[in-house]
Amino acid sequence: MPELFEGEMIDKKILEAHNLTEEEYKRIVELIGREPNYVELGMFSVMWSEHCSYKSSKVHLKKLPTKGEAVIQGPGENAGVVDIGDGLAIVFKIESHNHPSYIEPYQGAATGVGGIVRDIFTMGARPIALLDSLRFGPLDEPSNRLLMDGVVSGIAGYGNSIGVPTVGGETYFHPCYSRNPLVNVFCIGIAKKEKIFYGKASGEGNPVFYVGAKTGRDGIHGATMASAEFSEDSEKKRPNVQVGDPFKEKLLIEACLEVMEKDLIVGIQDMGAAGLTSSSSETASRAGTGIYLNLDLVPLREEGMTPYEILLSESQERMLIIGKKGKEKEIEEVFKKWDLECCIIGEVRKDGFITATFKGDEVCRIPVKALTSLAPVYNRPYKKREDVPSINPEKIPFPSDLNNIFLKIIGSPNIAHKGWIFTQYDHMVQTNTVLLPGADASVLWVKESGKGIAITLDGNSNFCYLNPREGAKIMVAESLRNISCVGARPLGATNCLNFGNPEKEEVMWEFKEVVEGMGEACEFFKIPITGGNVSFYNETSGKGIYPTPVFGLVGILDRIEKVLNPSFKNKGDVIALVGRIENEIGGSEYLRVIFGENFGPCPKIDLSSEWNLHKFLMEAIENSLLLSAHDISDGGLAVCLSECSFFGGLGFDVEIGKIGNDRIDFILFGESPTRVVISFSEENWKRIEELAKKWNLDFLVIGRVGGDRLVMRKGEKEIINIQLTEGERIWRKSIEEKMKVL
Amino acid sequence: MKAGIVVFPGSNCDWDTYHALMGCGIESIFLWHKERDLKGCDLIVLPGGFSYGDYLRSGVLASFSPIMDSIKEFAEKGGLILGICNGFQILLESGILPGAMLRNKGLRFICKFVNIRVENNSTPFTKDIRKGDVLKIPIAHMDGNYYLPYSELEKLKRNNQIVFRYCDGKGEITDEANPNGSMENIAGIVNERGNVLGMMPHPERASFSILGSEDGRKIFQSCLNYLRER
Repeated sequence: MPELFEGEMIDKKILEAHNLTEEEYKRIVELIGREPNYVELGMFSVMWSEHCSYKSSKVHLKKLPTKGEAVIQGPGENAGVVDIGDGLAIVFKIESHNHPSYIEPYQGAATGVGGIVRDIFTMGARPIALLDSLRFGPLDEPSNRLLMDGVVSGIAGYGNSIGVPTVGGETYFHPCYSRNPLVNVFCIGIAKKEKIFYGKASGEGNPVFYVGAKTGRDGIHGATMASAEFSEDSEKKRPNVQVGDPFKEKLLIEACLEVMEKDLIVGIQDMGAAGLTSSSSETASRAGTGIYLNLDLVPLREEGMTPYEILLSESQERMLIIGKKGKEKEIEEVFKKWDLECCIIGEVRKDGFITATFKGDEVCRIPVKALTSLAPVYNRPYKKREDVPSINPEKIPFPSDLNNIFLKIIGSPNIAHKGWIFTQYDHMVQTNTVLLPGADASVLWVKESGKGIAITLDGNSNFCYLNPREGAKIMVAESLRNISCVGARPLGATNCLNFGNPEKEEVMWEFKEVVEGMGEACEFFKIPITGGNVSFYNETSGKGIYPTPVFGLVGILDRIEKVLNPSFKNKGDVIALVGRIENEIGGSEYLRVIFGENFGPCPKIDLSSEWNLHKFLMEAIENSLLLSAHDISDGGLAVCLSECSFFGGLGFDVEIGKIGNDRIDFILFGESPTRVVISFSEENWKRIEELAKKWNLDFLVIGRVGGDRLVMRKGEKEIINIQLTEGERIWRKSIEEKMKVL
Repeated sequence: MKAGIVVFPGSNCDWDTYHALMGCGIESIFLWHKERDLKGCDLIVLPGGFSYGDYLRSGVLASFSPIMDSIKEFAEKGGLILGICNGFQILLESGILPGAMLRNKGLRFICKFVNIRVENNSTPFTKDIRKGDVLKIPIAHMDGNYYLPYSELEKLKRNNQIVFRYCDGKGEITDEANPNGSMENIAGIVNERGNVLGMMPHPERASFSILGSEDGRKIFQSCLNYLRER
């Protein structure tokens, strides 16, 4: 952004620097009835940025189901809220921090964690877990290794310090993310149902408090930056990235929860993207009020800051609190106890304006609605993408050595164990982590009620690229399957939609298709979406990412003792395949490992079979019939079985020749949805088979647990036969080996 | 019998420790770092976390908190003190225990279950555990690479102050089983008198079967029995 000075005439160049179009400028003049001054222009620029206003996505997001029995708060607040019984509620949301993480991986990722955690505790909830969905380019490129190292250290550095465990997530690699890494961070908190707080500035005359870190010049126009493509010189945007202070955040968590517990405040909001501007206008907008700010009272880190900078700074670890009139002293005492800066900088007014003064002059006066609900909305044109590669499966040459290909696949970073990543995260603090990272879903123990919360983050951009609509449905189905495998039923979901430039018609088409596909699946499974985040413009030098929706599903286990994990348990246990048996090879890791290309067609999905599989698993787990369950997804059946072995330390011997009439390589590595590998003791075989019949599912016993080898055979012929420890070593060490040289 | 859990700014295992102690039937209260009164507690626990963000050396700023003066006195009088992870680092920085923590040998934060072998069961913290027993307890730290000069290490050994060492599942002390590069695989030590224990693994994270191990309870249980029998 070029240097700008106050008092300069607003011309084309300045509008461009603020990422505003001439039409948008005309709309501003119309809405406020005059030319905006320079400060006001800056405020409009951030509030109307794609990042804050959702102007390109709104028309489509409306199609998502948001209501459900358990939903206490849907989209529109800092986070969604869902009832989990016993007077408790969970609060959760996902956010992207893609752009800052590309420019400065450590701080970009760290402040991503900080931001989403603030969104959760502002609702009155104690943050209990983090998960993240990460995507990088291939690790063979040194720049991608550096990015991953920085991002993982940043998440660890921040999350570990504030004492919120990072309990799971997903990490994928594909060349489209090489200069467009994705860092999506999910946080969940727990609150008493009657103690939920909202970002509302209600009550005329109530004091507006500023709490936390001082305001500096960091992060100005961060939201605007995240709303444009990057070019070769994106390095220069480094000053737009903020720097995090997790220690301050930890104090803020404790102090804010204390003022809420003591009933001293009416509303609270994080000063995240667009800082003071967004927090004041959004809280006022929700309450239908106005806010007056005296900028002379804002604690500043640097001298000589202008009102423009103060209003747009994105310095981290700051909160805007609407206090109760008469409780000022008590509020101040709590923050003093925690050694935090806290002062009154303004008050709630009923005039519906954001007004700010600086050294006696009024520097802005804008109707709240003009910044928020009256921001422009675009129904951007879209056009189907036609250049997606597809392959006739029959034409794929049959490989000579499947053993070798199998080892390549389990060592592929997409499939390999992610221990190098999650051992750097404190994933056990708060002592609620029942399943360690790597299981189908993360499971947290709710000590207060003896229940469990299951969480999964899933994306499948390979499928979404091949067919955005079907890909999105498969993603939702996989999430459901993941929480079903641990014994949970779904409560609600959040999503993070990562796409390229929405001004490109094909990108907009992908977006529309993904949202509609996701909506259809959620509607079918009755999963309400309680909020989310859209990240467009994930493009560098014109090269964009695959459509990458990420789905965060939260479910509940009524009794934590019933939780199931994927590891094989005992020698002699029966192994079976249950679900809808298909062996589609399109979009598989197998094709990418052999051809280095993501070929279609995308597998098909039948939502009603998926729902039946969920009901089957719920009933089987409730009746304690199963000893393990693991979803078949990336890498197919062969990888699924192997993981059950690696987790349990027991081998297996299975017959795979009867799983459909397909080629043996498709049976081993196809990634068709709606399939689960289960194991159980012999005595339950009949009951489980009947249960599968009841839910109209395919059911096929394929072998037994035991031994120290992974054996997959077709009749007499051994197709794959390797030592468990050899496979496990490749699977566990692959990422670590690659990351040895940074 | 009452335990006091000290809360420093940035402590984050305070509640975990509380739940674990209460689960063992030990009444527990929190003690604020700005105070000096130990409120009649028989056992003081310095919990894990990132006191003052650990922006300087881990534990050093917390060692100057007002409550640390009372804790030093309490230690000199023979009171039971348990420092876990950051709590151990604070005990080192305040000179109550000898030695120092260096950054982990891999230079990364490590969180995982490890095995530790009980080397000394004549302390109040381990009296009800057999010598040589292997406990499965998680670690979670960046600076757990215990170091002290060789002459002092000899003294530590002579006085039987090494309480826990990292080992493999069978109890063998090996390099592979040493997660952070600690001298002699040291995971926990006591002071000369034996009333102050510092350990890097988190026993409070291994105190409920649903979390994968209950071995941590054995340490809290020993303290409880010791205080009851005293």
